[in-house]
Amino acid sequence: MQMSGLGLGAMMLPEVPVIGNPVREEQLLNPWLDAASKKKLAETALNAARDKGATYTDVRIGRYLQQYLFTREKQVQNIVNAESYGIGIRVIANGTWGFSATSDVTPDGIAKCAATAVAIAKANSKFQKEPVVLAPQKGVGDKAWKTPLTKNAFEIPVRDKIDLLMKVNGAAMDNGASFVTSNLFFVNEQKYFASTDGSFIDQDVHRIWPTFTVTVTDKASGKFKTRDAISSPMGMGYEYLDGLAAEKIAGPNGLVGYRNSYDMVEDAIAAAKQAKEKVTAKTVLPGKYDLVLDPNHLGLTIHESVGHPTELDRVLGYEANYAGTSFATLDKWKTKNFNYGSKLVNIVADKTRAHTLGAVGYDDEGVPCKEWDIIRDGILVNYQAIRDQVQILGEKESHGCCYADDWSSVQFQRMPNISLKPATEKRSVLDMIKGVEKGIYIIGRGSYSIDQQRYNFQFGGQVFYEIKNGEIAGMLDDVAYQSNTQEFWNSCVQLCDKDDYRTFGSFFDGKGQPAQISAVSHGSSTTRFNGVNVINTGRKI
Amino acid sequence: MAILTKEEAKKIIDKVLAFSKADEISASLSGERTGNIRYARNSVSTSGETTDLSLSVTAVYGKKSGTATINEFDDASLEKTVRRAEEIAKLAPDNPEYMPMLGQQSYIESKAFIENTAAIDAEYRAKAAFSSIDPCAKKNLTAAGYMEDNSGFSAQGNSKGLFGYNKSTSVDFSVTVRTADGTGSGYVARDYNDASKLSTQTATEIAMQKALASVNAKALEPGKYTVILEPTAAHDLVQNMMRSMDARSADEGRSFLGKKGGGTRLGEKLLDERVTIYSDPANPEIPGAPFAADGRPQEKVTWFEKGVVKNMYYSRFWAEKKGVKAIPSPGGFIFEGGNDSLADLIKGTEKGILVTRFWYIRSVDPQTLLYTGLTRDGTFYIENGQIKYPVKNFRFNESPVIMLNNVEAIGKPVRTNGSLIPPLKIRDFTFTSLSDAV
Repeated sequence: MQMSGLGLGAMMLPEVPVIGNPVREEQLLNPWLDAASKKKLAETALNAARDKGATYTDVRIGRYLQQYLFTREKQVQNIVNAESYGIGIRVIANGTWGFSATSDVTPDGIAKCAATAVAIAKANSKFQKEPVVLAPQKGVGDKAWKTPLTKNAFEIPVRDKIDLLMKVNGAAMDNGASFVTSNLFFVNEQKYFASTDGSFIDQDVHRIWPTFTVTVTDKASGKFKTRDAISSPMGMGYEYLDGLAAEKIAGPNGLVGYRNSYDMVEDAIAAAKQAKEKVTAKTVLPGKYDLVLDPNHLGLTIHESVGHPTELDRVLGYEANYAGTSFATLDKWKTKNFNYGSKLVNIVADKTRAHTLGAVGYDDEGVPCKEWDIIRDGILVNYQAIRDQVQILGEKESHGCCYADDWSSVQFQRMPNISLKPATEKRSVLDMIKGVEKGIYIIGRGSYSIDQQRYNFQFGGQVFYEIKNGEIAGMLDDVAYQSNTQEFWNSCVQLCDKDDYRTFGSFFDGKGQPAQISAVSHGSSTTRFNGVNVINTGRKI
Repeated sequence: MAILTKEEAKKIIDKVLAFSKADEISASLSGERTGNIRYARNSVSTSGETTDLSLSVTAVYGKKSGTATINEFDDASLEKTVRRAEEIAKLAPDNPEYMPMLGQQSYIESKAFIENTAAIDAEYRAKAAFSSIDPCAKKNLTAAGYMEDNSGFSAQGNSKGLFGYNKSTSVDFSVTVRTADGTGSGYVARDYNDASKLSTQTATEIAMQKALASVNAKALEPGKYTVILEPTAAHDLVQNMMRSMDARSADEGRSFLGKKGGGTRLGEKLLDERVTIYSDPANPEIPGAPFAADGRPQEKVTWFEKGVVKNMYYSRFWAEKKGVKAIPSPGGFIFEGGNDSLADLIKGTEKGILVTRFWYIRSVDPQTLLYTGLTRDGTFYIENGQIKYPVKNFRFNESPVIMLNNVEAIGKPVRTNGSLIPPLKIRDFTFTSLSDAV
């Protein structure tokens, strides 16, 4: 599920979640506590919880920074600089979880917080049916990890960022846009983890998301069309905005894809031209088409139809009242021959791949991150699990995908990067399109909806091109495809190679009650699916 | 200490305003206590309580504004926050759409604060969860639910003489009940300002009944059907339309209220003549906030009258530009209806489908307000005035504008998610595919 959260007040601003209090731009660069001071505070928590009767404790001392910029046309709508810091303490007492958090990061405040966490665990243990079982995790000692980056986005002056967005907006308007909104999102999580296993882990995690929406209105017909940026949120610094030529992937009809470097102005120009073209594009004839899906589109389909259904907590029923359960049940997995997709479908989970949103050294319960298979040669082989679940799968080691969106939120199972492996044989997008007789080439993230067990879905996109006899025949409009997860992945017939591989990302993925956000990437190369049902979404009111 | 009285709040705000040297200054102070309990697989999974009290100060020089917040309330901290807001304002770029702060306003007295909701504690929450879990466990059903209670206040004041104070409470409850084999699922949701109106057991019984009744669902062909939307289902689609009534978007030609050749559909008959939708913060069943975030008073506003678009909502900037009254967007809304209950609507239906709720609703085309989504947790076939059998869930592609032109009957409004929404009987509702999800 994608989440929208706290509104920012003014009209036309996207609703985005903001955690913490507004601060001055310069304050975001202030150094916080050093690792030694954090270790001392963490030990206070570990000792206090043990003294109250906890048999396991983990502590997260966190400082979470956000800088969000919002503009439209020639004006700045809002600049958010926010900081949130505090400590979250999670314990097991009487075989039951307890959690408490405080912004009072003093020895006294921490001891009180630890006592509350133990008291909650003991109170809830009266209702507990089975004690919590944790997969073993050897302490890793003192460790540090940092997102590999060359330009810390928080060190770039706001003025430069506004200048970039004004350039983007100007480029869109000069190329036929009627309206444009553009945004930059930057996140920095400075988090220190300690546990009674003997782990003391200091991490500095950075994320970036540049995006925009271009709108073209046509007064005569009363029509309006939009085209969103085809950037991807990344686990990178400001260098993602360098627009390096070497990271551009040339597609058919002058289309450009972006790998690990994004040219925001170039994309805004393309967006304005494409939005204009959409106003008069041919409306799609409903029916079966072979779909050629760009990575910047397919990522969301992977997210919804593979990422969420293979979350073990969903499978077990913990999300039944909100996001739902899953069709990918344990009995299907146990058969070892459940055909999630065709033989070409190899889906891998990871928290390690460079530049991705999921990449960290250790998860929020101190487990070193790794890579593992979810679907191998089309067969469902594994799920996403954390320390108190992984034994259900007969495994002795957590997958390392536990996450909390703030120090004040309790960590739980969140989606790692879930990606489709590219073809090993050589194939470009042009090669793929050449082989399609009647198809549609879809780029960008559009409308998306899927049922609560992840069978039936419907996806739109940003731009659609008709493919006729191996060639692009022009732009289409009013396109959405509907399918069933298993049927869809079994209709996967061809993949492009690693040269076309890119990541798509979700910056504000929502889960849980109360809801928490997380950020996750999905890699793939352009992929072909045969005979998918396409509907026409045009209506008159 | 999270809930300050009007006098306590005013004292702090007045102090803040006195510290300022800016052209204009405003302060808003809010506090809340929120508690929750979550359960799944018939067992409590998480519960907690948080309190928060914070002050936000906005200082303005010309068309530059800056905001700072703090959660300490001694004089030195308050003054420091004012100075910080002033510094940020001086460095900010001009906002060409900045509107001078409002002067003194008159607000209605809200009745949204109920003592017994504010008194909810951990024991109450545990009992509420138990009352929902226990009947399910006894019938070999599985409950997953969530209850959240909130009590809070908000106060704002500025250097132009505006002052407003409001406090409110709320409790939101929802539960999904599933059969042990996962072939049946039912859902119910309730929300109140007054927690004494909530019985988690009574509500859960409805979800239990739906879970049991939805086992062995039959597959019907997708297509156009007469549907009865329970208020929870009707709410979600109608709310999406109500949230799209921004005047600026319509004037800019990028809204369903924009018109061919330019201009808006204000004054046009867009919906069935039986559709009247208004908002009223004084309604005792859904008491709303007396003021919007920017201090504008919330008043009774008719949005659709007998199907005609009567009002759109405006930012103050856009209203001034257009020379019209700056009506803020509403909180909850009231969809007028008759006296028929849901049971009456079912009784009067020859052939149709009863929809408990929709799920994963997303915009497909903002031009026509086309949405897609699915039915969930209780979908039934009706024949000759009776529920005959459960049916498999459908995906729909439908616009609330088209739907509200295909009205067959409107029932009696009930409180749903902060609004008053009737069950609706709609003809030719468009289901485009089937889902195997339970």
